Amino acid sequence: MSATEIIFWILSVLALVSGLMVIFSKNPVYSVLWLISLFFAISGHYILMNAQFLAIVNIIVYAGAIMVLFLFVIMLMNLSATAEPKKKVWMKFTGVISGGLLLWILLSVVRSSIDMRGKIAEVKTGDIGLVENLGKVLFTEYAVPFEICSVLFLSAMVGAVVIGKKEE
Amino acid sequence: MTLLTIDWSLIIEKLVLIAVVVLGSLVVALYSTYAERKVAAFMQDRLGPNRAGPFGLLQPLADGAKFFFKEDVIPVLANKWLFILGPTIAMSAALMTSAVVPWGNHIEIGGRIISLQIADINIGVLYVFGVVGMGVYGIMIGGWASNNKFSLLAALRGASQVISYELPMGICMITLIMLSGSLSLKDKVEQQMSSGHLWNIVYQPLGFVIFLICAFAECNRTPFDLAEAENELNMGYHQEYSSMKLGFYLFAEYINMLISSAVIVTLFFGGYDIPFLDESKLNPNTAAILGIIALMAKVVFFIFLFMWVRWTIPRFRYDQLMNLGWKKLLPLALINMLVTAAVILWLHK
Repeated sequence: MSATEIIFWILSVLALVSGLMVIFSKNPVYSVLWLISLFFAISGHYILMNAQFLAIVNIIVYAGAIMVLFLFVIMLMNLSATAEPKKKVWMKFTGVISGGLLLWILLSVVRSSIDMRGKIAEVKTGDIGLVENLGKVLFTEYAVPFEICSVLFLSAMVGAVVIGKKEE
Repeated sequence: MTLLTIDWSLIIEKLVLIAVVVLGSLVVALYSTYAERKVAAFMQDRLGPNRAGPFGLLQPLADGAKFFFKEDVIPVLANKWLFILGPTIAMSAALMTSAVVPWGNHIEIGGRIISLQIADINIGVLYVFGVVGMGVYGIMIGGWASNNKFSLLAALRGASQVISYELPMGICMITLIMLSGSLSLKDKVEQQMSSGHLWNIVYQPLGFVIFLICAFAECNRTPFDLAEAENELNMGYHQEYSSMKLGFYLFAEYINMLISSAVIVTLFFGGYDIPFLDESKLNPNTAAILGIIALMAKVVFFIFLFMWVRWTIPRFRYDQLMNLGWKKLLPLALINMLVTAAVILWLHK
């Protein structure tokens, strides 16, 4: 095994364990903390694929900003395991079935997609994730979708301000 | 069977470098506490610590020993694991930033060139941001795990303050990236050193002022130390902490001061550049050592500035803090960025 493979396995185990712990933790604060550790594991995978920019942006945006806001809300609501209402058995049952179906669909899409077939991740060699290449591609080949995305974000921001503004 | 092929000399080189940088930061932080008390004493016309050792120079060691021997109390209703995790995160996040700061140019030992930067990654500036973002969790987790209303409120204050001031800081960084065209901190220093270029402070005076104010807020230093405002929140997020766990929180603040001074110097004041001297004519080892001295001299000045401001300006109110961040600094930073972009475009046409 090479060093890359060893790191890959460690990161994968960390990602899976954190993902499971997000679901199984009784305390919502623990769930958020495990989710942060999941983001770190995924960023590690990005770095293995030489996508440093993606890795650090994943940490800044998700682990650094969005999760802080999650923690904020959870800490202020002061949730605890006992205060949470118990769900009925049939509700849990339907949840498991619909979740399983979604997983099935996702798996089959990923497996049968033509774009994905016969391709393997470029470990250490790919350079599309570096800032320079990513920037060039975003502002030339994908300029229109990129700009549409930013308009979408802008409208979301305006919406948030409108909702957050107190009635005069 | 060869399991791993590793360049052991590289690993050893990096480990030694990490050990030196971490120990160096700890020593500087240790003596920053002493300097803080001396500066405070000077500003208030007092003598300051002068009992332990000559000029009180052993005072930080005595303080450290006292922290270790104090009783370590974990409140009964506190969340034990998170209570320990809080100061751990605060301390490690503070130390991690030092990895991308170029502390000097390279030195040569026996034909081997050793760069005095632990990791010259091409996302250096963003890495600093990511780690600063992690520092928030130290405050938030510690404050929440203490199971104390004051701690929780202080933690939430601290976190929202850090998030708010990250925005103008980030925009200033974008402006600097536009100037140098690179995210690596080493490239930035080398660009400022190259002939025909001045330090970034000349091109970005407004950006520097915004960045400096944001650095004060990010370090939770006066006038923005709302997270530990003693007259409204007792002691703030570390109220329930005692012994070395409290020491870690206090210490992390001084390390943050050191690192943010180093980042400010690297971004705006040419890093390890010595003004009016062409380093390339010197022997590389001499140049590197002189560079480290130059960098540390600039850093010490900024640490002094942090203390100077602390003992001069009173604390902001919370709404004033948010007003300043969102309604003044953010628009200013945006205007600064747009003007810089326009000028760059105009000059390159």
